[in-house]
Amino acid sequence: MAIAFPAPRADVLAKRDRVVAALRAIVPGEGVITEEKERRAFETDALTSYRRVPMVVVLPETTEQVAAIMAFCHAEGVPVVARGAGTSLCGGSIPQEDAVVLGVAKMNRVLDVNFADRTMRVEAGITNLAISGEVAHAGFFYAPDPSSQLACTIAGNVAMNSGGAHCLKYGVTANNILGLKLVTVEGEIVEIGGGALDSPGYDLIGLLVGSEGQLGVVTEVTVRILRQAEGARPVLFGFREIAQAGQTVSDIIGAGIIPVAIEYMDREAIHICEAFAKAGYPLDVEAMLIIEVEGSEAEMEAMLARIVDIARRHDVATVKESKSAMETAAIWKGRKSAFGATGRVADYICMDGTIPTGRLPDVLAGIDRIVKGYGLRVANVFHAGDGNLHPLVMFNVNDPAEQVKAEHAGEDILRLCVQLGGCLTGEHGVGIEKRDLMREQFTEVDLLQQTRIKTALDPKWILNPAKVFPLDAPRDEAPREAA
Amino acid sequence: MTLHTPSSPADLAAVVAEARRAGTLLAVAGGGTRSGLGRPVQAAAKVSTAKLSGITLYEPAELVIAAKAGTPLREVTEALAARGQRLPFEPMDHRALYGTTGEPTVGGVAAANVSGPARINLGAARDSMIGLKFVNGLAEDVKSGGRVMKNVTGLDLVKALAGSFGTLAVFHEVCFKVLPVAEGERTLVVAGLSIPRAVEALSAALGSPFEPTGAAHLPATAGEAARTLIRIEGFAASLAYRTDALSKLLAPFGGIETLEADASAAVWAEIRDAAIFSGTDEAVWRLSVPPSAAPALAERLAPLSPRIVLDWGGGLVWAGVAASGDAGAARFHAAAKAAGGHATLVRAPDAVRGAVDVFSPPAGPLMAIQRKLKASFDPAGVLNPGRMYPGV
Ligand SMILES: Cc1cc2nc3c(=O)[nH]c(=O)nc-3n(C[C@H](O)[C@H](O)[C@H](O)COP(=O)(O)OP(=O)(O)OC[C@H]3O[C@@H](n4cnc5c(N)ncnc54)[C@H](O)[C@@H]3O)c2cc1C
Repeated sequence: MAIAFPAPRADVLAKRDRVVAALRAIVPGEGVITEEKERRAFETDALTSYRRVPMVVVLPETTEQVAAIMAFCHAEGVPVVARGAGTSLCGGSIPQEDAVVLGVAKMNRVLDVNFADRTMRVEAGITNLAISGEVAHAGFFYAPDPSSQLACTIAGNVAMNSGGAHCLKYGVTANNILGLKLVTVEGEIVEIGGGALDSPGYDLIGLLVGSEGQLGVVTEVTVRILRQAEGARPVLFGFREIAQAGQTVSDIIGAGIIPVAIEYMDREAIHICEAFAKAGYPLDVEAMLIIEVEGSEAEMEAMLARIVDIARRHDVATVKESKSAMETAAIWKGRKSAFGATGRVADYICMDGTIPTGRLPDVLAGIDRIVKGYGLRVANVFHAGDGNLHPLVMFNVNDPAEQVKAEHAGEDILRLCVQLGGCLTGEHGVGIEKRDLMREQFTEVDLLQQTRIKTALDPKWILNPAKVFPLDAPRDEAPREAA
Repeated sequence: MTLHTPSSPADLAAVVAEARRAGTLLAVAGGGTRSGLGRPVQAAAKVSTAKLSGITLYEPAELVIAAKAGTPLREVTEALAARGQRLPFEPMDHRALYGTTGEPTVGGVAAANVSGPARINLGAARDSMIGLKFVNGLAEDVKSGGRVMKNVTGLDLVKALAGSFGTLAVFHEVCFKVLPVAEGERTLVVAGLSIPRAVEALSAALGSPFEPTGAAHLPATAGEAARTLIRIEGFAASLAYRTDALSKLLAPFGGIETLEADASAAVWAEIRDAAIFSGTDEAVWRLSVPPSAAPALAERLAPLSPRIVLDWGGGLVWAGVAASGDAGAARFHAAAKAAGGHATLVRAPDAVRGAVDVFSPPAGPLMAIQRKLKASFDPAGVLNPGRMYPGV
C-alpha cells in the first residue's frame, strides 16, 4: 500500500488492559468497546481502502468524561483519534492499532436555540442535518451543507472545515461557527467564543476549525443559524463543449451575479447520477451546470433571466428550470448522491483540489490526460463557483495494480491543481491521503510553523497521529516558551 | 527610535533576524492610522511595511485580489471599484476617530481584523482573507492559504493571524476574496425607538429572509430622535420588493422612512467609523456581545455613557465615557462579561491604555493557549510586545 502507517508502539499495546480499565472507570456500561468484531466497525472511514482496528473504542456522553479520558491518555502517552460519523474522505478518522478511538456520536443533544440572536448551541456529535432539522419549523437552517449531511457530525465538520454545494453564498464551516467547547490534550475544558460575532485575543476558533483533530477534542459547538430564503430554484444548463460551461461560470461572476450554488458535472457524472436519481439531467451534453438562485418569485425570475442570457451567449444546448419542489429535490438528490451513485458503478477515489476558476478548461484537459494515461476513467463533479474540484477516479478494488494506478492518478491531479495556483484540498481535508503531498504546496518553514503550533497544543503528538503532516515533517525538539 | 522600511520579504526577514539577534524589540506598523488601537508598545525600533506596496494579483472573474501589506487600502478599493467590486467586510476607517492622517494599509486591516456593518451578513476581514505571507518572530518567511476560495490544506494560519495586531508576525502580502458591488442600496429607518425595542426590530429584520447587510441604532441627538436603521442591497426590483416586505414586518415598530443611495451610504459610513465620537475627548469602548444582551448592557452602561450606538443588530455596542481614571475599564469589562461578550478600549490616552486591559482578557486556560500560540510564532517576544496583553 502506498500510504505508510507508523508501526504500533509496543509500550502502548502492552498497557491495553490498564487503558481499558481506566476508560471503564470513566465511562460506565457499554460506552467502552473492546470486542474485536465491534471495534472493527471503527477501522476505517470513507477512505475504505485503508483500515486499522483500534486498540479500544470509547463513546463518552459528557464533556467531563472526555476531559478525564484525555487527561488519562495524555499522562500515559496513548494516541487518541477523535471520531464523529467516520465519513471523512481523506482517512482523517482512520485509527491505528495502538490508538483509543474517542467517538462523540452519543453526545448529540441540542443545548440551546436562540432565534433572537440566530444562534444554536449543540453537542458535537449531532449530525449536520439534525441541526437544520431542529429549526426548520421556524424557517431557519444551518448553512454549510456537505453532501454527507445526513450522517456527518458537526464535530467532523468543524475538524474538516467542511463545505457544501451552497457555500458560494453562505461560506464554509469556518464562517458559520461562533463558539466551541474544547477539551485540550491535557484534559482541560476551555470555552471559546459563544453568542457574540467575535471573541477576544487570537482567533482560536479560526485556528481550530479545519485542524483535523490535531489540537484538541471539540465537545460543543455554537453555530449561526440563518433564515431560509423565500424560495430556491435550481436550473440545469447543458453544454456541448466543456469550455462553454467554464466561460459561462466566469461571465456570471464577472457580471456581478453570485448565485447560491454553481455545480458542474461532466458527461460521465451526468449519466451516473441520472441513472441513480432520475433527476431529468440532459444526457446528450458534455457538461452540465446546476445553478441555483434564491429569493422571492420575482427576484428569482429576474436573476435567472440574466443568467440564461449569459449562458445563451455561450451556446447553451439545454436550459431546464425546476418547476416544482419535487423536481428541485430530484435535481439536488442527483448531485448530492454523486459519490454514492459512482460507488454503484465502480470503486473510486475522490479528489478535492481547488483551482483558480479561470483555469477550469486547463485543469479539465489535464485531468483527462492524466487519467487516460493510467488507462482509467473519471467522473467530474465540481463546485464550479469556487473552483473546488471532485474528480472521481474509478478503479476496481479487486485489482491491486489498478488501485495503485488510481492513487497515482489522484496524486498527479492534485499536483496539477497546485501548479495551476490552487491547493491540495478545498473541503475534505488532508488526513492520511494527502499527508505525503504537503510538500507540493508548502515549504519546510511553512510546515514548521504549523508543526510548532501542533507541538504547542499537543506536546506528545498523541492527537490523531500520522495525519496532516508528512511523517518526516520538520519539528522543533521541545515546545517553546515565550521569553 | 530606529525605523526600518524593508522593501522585500527578504529585507523584512533580515530586519527581524537582526532584532532577534540583538535582543531589540520591534514595533510593527502599516500606515499608522490605527496606532491608537491596542496597548502602547514599548520598543526601541519600528518596522514599517511602507515600502512593501502594490497590488500583486487581481482577477475580477475569480473574485480575488492580493496586495503587498503596505499597499494603501485606497489603492485596493479603487482598483476593485473600477471593476464593480468591493471588499465584503466594509472596513472601518479609524482616522476620524483618532484624528490620525496617512493611509490605512492592507496589512493593518488584516492585522486588526477591521470589519464594519456588513460583517453581520458578509463576514469579517478574517472571513475574506484567503492567503497570507508573513515573517514570524523567528525571521522565517512563511505562507498560509493561497489565492483560491476554498482551501483546507493544513492548519489555517490565516485566521489565526487575522486580528493578531502584529504580535505573531509581520505580514508582507494578503489575499482577499471579494464581492461585486450591489446594484443599489436602501436604508429603512424607524424613528424614536428605545434600545430594547430597537434590538427587537433589528432582530426581526435579521431573522427575515430579506438579508439586511446593516442593522444599527443611533441615539437621539439635540435635534433628532433616535434612529433604528436597516440596510438592504440588490438590484432595483429586489430592493422594491424587500422594502415592501420589511416595511410590513416592521410596521408594529412605527412609521418607516427610507434613505436612498448616497444618503444611505453616508449614514452607514458614519456608523462604520463610529463618527459620533470623532472630535470629542471621550474614551471610546466597543463591546461585542450576543445581540439580545444589548438592552440590559446598555442600561447598565447608561449612567457612564450618555450616547450608545448599536451595530450588528445589537451585537456591537459603541459607548463613550469620560477618559479620566481607568476610563471605565473595570466596569466595561465586567459588563461585557456579564453580557456574554468582551470589550475593547478603542480610544483613550496612551497612559490609560498602558495601565488597563484594552482587550478583555480571555479566561485562565484560554489565556494559556494564547501564550502558547504567541510562543510558537515569536518565542523571544520580539514583535509588537504587549500590544494585546502584557507579554503578548
Ligand atoms: C458521500 C460523502 C459525501 C461527502 N460530501 C462532502 C461535501 O459535500 N463537503 C465536504 O466538505 N465534505 C464532504 N464529505 C466528507 C465528510 O463527510 C466531511 O469531512 C465530514 O465533515 C466528516 O464528518 P464526520 O462526522 O464523519 O467526521 P469523521 O470522519 O468521524 O472525522 C473527521 C475528522 O474530524 C476529527 N474529529 C471528529 N470528531 C472530533 C472532535 N470531537 N474533536 C476534534 N476532532 C474531531 C477526526 O479525528 C477526523 O480527523 C463527504 C463524505 C462522503 C462519504
